[in-house]
Amino acid sequence: MTQPEYTEYYTILPLIILVIWACLLLLVDLFIPKDRKGITGFLAAMGLALTLGYSISQIGREGTGFNGMVVLDGFSTFINILILISGLLGISLAYGYVKRMGIERGEYYTLLLFSVTGMMLMAQAADLIIVFLALELLSIPLYVLAAFARPNLQSEEAGVKYFLLGAFATGFVVYGTALVFGATGQTSFSGIFSAASGGTSGLLLTIGAALILVGFGFKVAAVPFHMWTPDVYQGSPTAVTAFMSSGAKIAGFAALLRVFATAFPALSADLTNILWVLAALTMIVGNLTAISQTNIKRMLAYSSIAHAGYILMAFVPYGNKDVTSISIAAGLFYLVTYVLTNFGTWAVVIALEKAEGRGLEIADYAGIAKKYPALAAAMTVFMLSFIGFPPTLGMVGKFYLFRAVIAGGYSGLAIIGVVTSLVSAYYYLRVVVNMYMREGDPVLEQESWLGLTTAFTAILTVALSFVPQWLFLLASTAVFRLF
Amino acid sequence: MEFLLQPLTLLTFFPLVGVLVILFMKSEAKNAIRWVAMVTTLVTFGISLWVLGLFTASNPDLQLEARYPWIQVAGWNIYYYLAVDGLSILLVLLTAFLTPISILSTWTAVEDRVKDFMIFFLLLEVGMMGVFLAQDLFMFYIFWEFTLVPMYFLIGLWGGPRRIYAAVKFFLYTMAGSILMLVAILFIGIKTGTFNMPEMLAALPGLYSSGAIAPNVQMLLFIAFAAAFAIKVPMWPLHSWLPDAHVEAPTAGSVILAGVLLKMGTYGFLRFNLQLFPQATLQAAPWIALLATIGIIYGAAVSYAQADVKKLVAYSSVSHLGFVMLGMFALNAQGVSGAILQMINHGLSTGALFLLIGMVYEQTHTRELKVYGGLWKVMPIFGTVMLISSLSSMGLPGLNGFIGEFTILLGAFGSDAIGSPWFAGISAIGVIMAAVYILYMFQKMFLGPAGEVTQHHELKDLNWREIATVAPLILFMFWIGLYPAPFFNLIAPAVEKLLLALH
Repeated sequence: MTQPEYTEYYTILPLIILVIWACLLLLVDLFIPKDRKGITGFLAAMGLALTLGYSISQIGREGTGFNGMVVLDGFSTFINILILISGLLGISLAYGYVKRMGIERGEYYTLLLFSVTGMMLMAQAADLIIVFLALELLSIPLYVLAAFARPNLQSEEAGVKYFLLGAFATGFVVYGTALVFGATGQTSFSGIFSAASGGTSGLLLTIGAALILVGFGFKVAAVPFHMWTPDVYQGSPTAVTAFMSSGAKIAGFAALLRVFATAFPALSADLTNILWVLAALTMIVGNLTAISQTNIKRMLAYSSIAHAGYILMAFVPYGNKDVTSISIAAGLFYLVTYVLTNFGTWAVVIALEKAEGRGLEIADYAGIAKKYPALAAAMTVFMLSFIGFPPTLGMVGKFYLFRAVIAGGYSGLAIIGVVTSLVSAYYYLRVVVNMYMREGDPVLEQESWLGLTTAFTAILTVALSFVPQWLFLLASTAVFRLF
Repeated sequence: MEFLLQPLTLLTFFPLVGVLVILFMKSEAKNAIRWVAMVTTLVTFGISLWVLGLFTASNPDLQLEARYPWIQVAGWNIYYYLAVDGLSILLVLLTAFLTPISILSTWTAVEDRVKDFMIFFLLLEVGMMGVFLAQDLFMFYIFWEFTLVPMYFLIGLWGGPRRIYAAVKFFLYTMAGSILMLVAILFIGIKTGTFNMPEMLAALPGLYSSGAIAPNVQMLLFIAFAAAFAIKVPMWPLHSWLPDAHVEAPTAGSVILAGVLLKMGTYGFLRFNLQLFPQATLQAAPWIALLATIGIIYGAAVSYAQADVKKLVAYSSVSHLGFVMLGMFALNAQGVSGAILQMINHGLSTGALFLLIGMVYEQTHTRELKVYGGLWKVMPIFGTVMLISSLSSMGLPGLNGFIGEFTILLGAFGSDAIGSPWFAGISAIGVIMAAVYILYMFQKMFLGPAGEVTQHHELKDLNWREIATVAPLILFMFWIGLYPAPFFNLIAPAVEKLLLALH
């Protein structure tokens, strides 16, 4: 082990900025009066914005650091930017919500910053040990956030459930790491790659990789590791759910993409079939179960499971050299689509939520269009984007994704994908039906940040579908140097 | 920005100008909103006439091309590509022609949420124009799917009592077909490396002959496209969404649905199935002809059994579009050009019937056949117009329907592709059945003793606005019926080229 070079710190400078900011914020928060914790939120957002600015300036820079344990490349920068944007959107959703729900405490924002740090570290990890570290760093604050509405029983239940099952899943990742280390004597991705392609691949390595897959399957809520999702998403404070369903998913997929594409390509023959089944199951179960939900949070939980399935499709052809890069780029593109649409949807949900969990039934959405036409239009955009309908980004995202899957030779999986999209149209449309075609008298919480988030994501979702070029370009250059 | 001034770009997107204006108007200003929508669609119709003026009938190729690279990164090869040829010119004109008529028909019929109604209607026009003009499959797919959204709202918001059911059924049914088409589009897009029609048509024969796309794969692709289009047409047995959608839709929605949206299906067959998958087309022709024939007879028989006038006309569409499909898959010049003309005819006559039924429904609020009767005495102008439209729909010589059906049957009798004159023979029975159900409807409504409604309502005959709404349709029924040559001349060269490539 050599002492790290001074320049190596640059590779993780965004993380350093954010951690220092979060630690300082913990201290500063002590001096902020109890009824004005919104200031902490502002400060946290400033930290994220600062880091975002630096991350954007890192586009095009590459490097490794700390004996190859962390890496900075187009991929990590892409993911980092997406995560930081999610963090910002997460704060803007929480700002008024925590006040309204009477859970406004300064730790909310610091925990969120730490979780963001963990997610970013995940994107930059090039070693299984760092992956584990990042996983813990991102998860533990999320467990706390899930239970943040204490003494609300549902929220506490969500926190405990998430913690127990999350710890279990982390165990899988650690055990898998141990087996991989046992098989190859390596924990770094490049080391595993050369050991595995050198012929030491065997049952042990495959089992290790499979266990890691299980652990991450839990994080991204892939079927059959999704059981926690509906309860946790429903019980957590809605602003936490919004952040969790985007951020944790991005980080989980980022890690999966990098681990499998750079460490385990040699195992693709075994793993491709497993991934195929996982993706298909996730799409089918997620979409079918969503149909019978009457609570919007649960419905969106199942919808997020279903979308994990779509993104998983991008992994399936990962062993096929010709299409790996386009399919990973398609996965990244779809992540952006998902994040934008997801935050927009949750913003609408939060705007209509009342104290004590009322206003969360889909039936409560009746009559929105008459009273709040702009909100109904925005929600319609999000629902269409989730279905994959023009003129929204979701349509372009699915087009890109299915193209990658078909180019990889998995037309069958693509057909499952489109058929489950059809199923999803049914429950997403139900929201639209309620908003436009049923009578009701909903009351909206007029909060400027919520309104801004809704408008911002809705406009982007539509506008980007007409000019997706630069996003395509960004996604495909992000994976260009991954291999 | 040069592409904004292309005639076809203007034609497609001009309604958006109206949408923007209406967005900033107060929703109470109902009449002003109606006028803006009306003027917008009239200007669009004007642009379509300008396009017709620029169109060279003798040229069989795509014309007035607006072609600009759109998404050309990361292995994508997508163009912004609009063009028109003989296969689509009449449908484009029909769309531009029927939209202002439909809007005129809503003047007093739609009082609720006029602003939203007009916005959705104008958006729908953009979608329909795009479908007929797009020559890049990515663009085509976007427009194709997009038309669902405004129509879904038109049915779901302004429809009858079971409107939500009908709207959702319409949406899901149609989407079910188009998602399979999406997979097929992506598949050939990957194989040919392009989404743009001319390039694709240039690349495909090589792929077929080299075996890169095996014959059975070609057949699967054909079926995937056909699924999307057959649901839209709708062909028997995929028609069950149509009666629901028609009965629940507001009048203007029914007119556009029957007049234009169904034609998107037949047009899709013509433009994509026939051109992209020639071998599969030849193989499938007898089967399509069989389904079409069943549709003709089935639609006619079910029509006759209806108690609801709108449902009767809706089922007659199944029958009439069966003729279109039969003619198209005869795969000879008469059949195909007859099919194209019949698409227009059906738009005119069924459009007129829906408009007229809507007008009387506005006064009586019922569509039950049995409560009418003796209307002729009270509403003579209405009766006359209805009679002409009915006769046009059943194919009386001298009116447009006859020309279309006659040409189609002529084509189908002599078709090598279908291989048997039986289909045409049986379909001819459909023409007689059409006379039966149409005259039955006419008799129940207009003749005989005065029915319940006729006695208890102060029925007013058509006013000037209503006459102005249907008069243009009647004019074209006679024009096509008496002198169809100019219409055939627009179609013929493109059809010839299409068939040449096919055989």
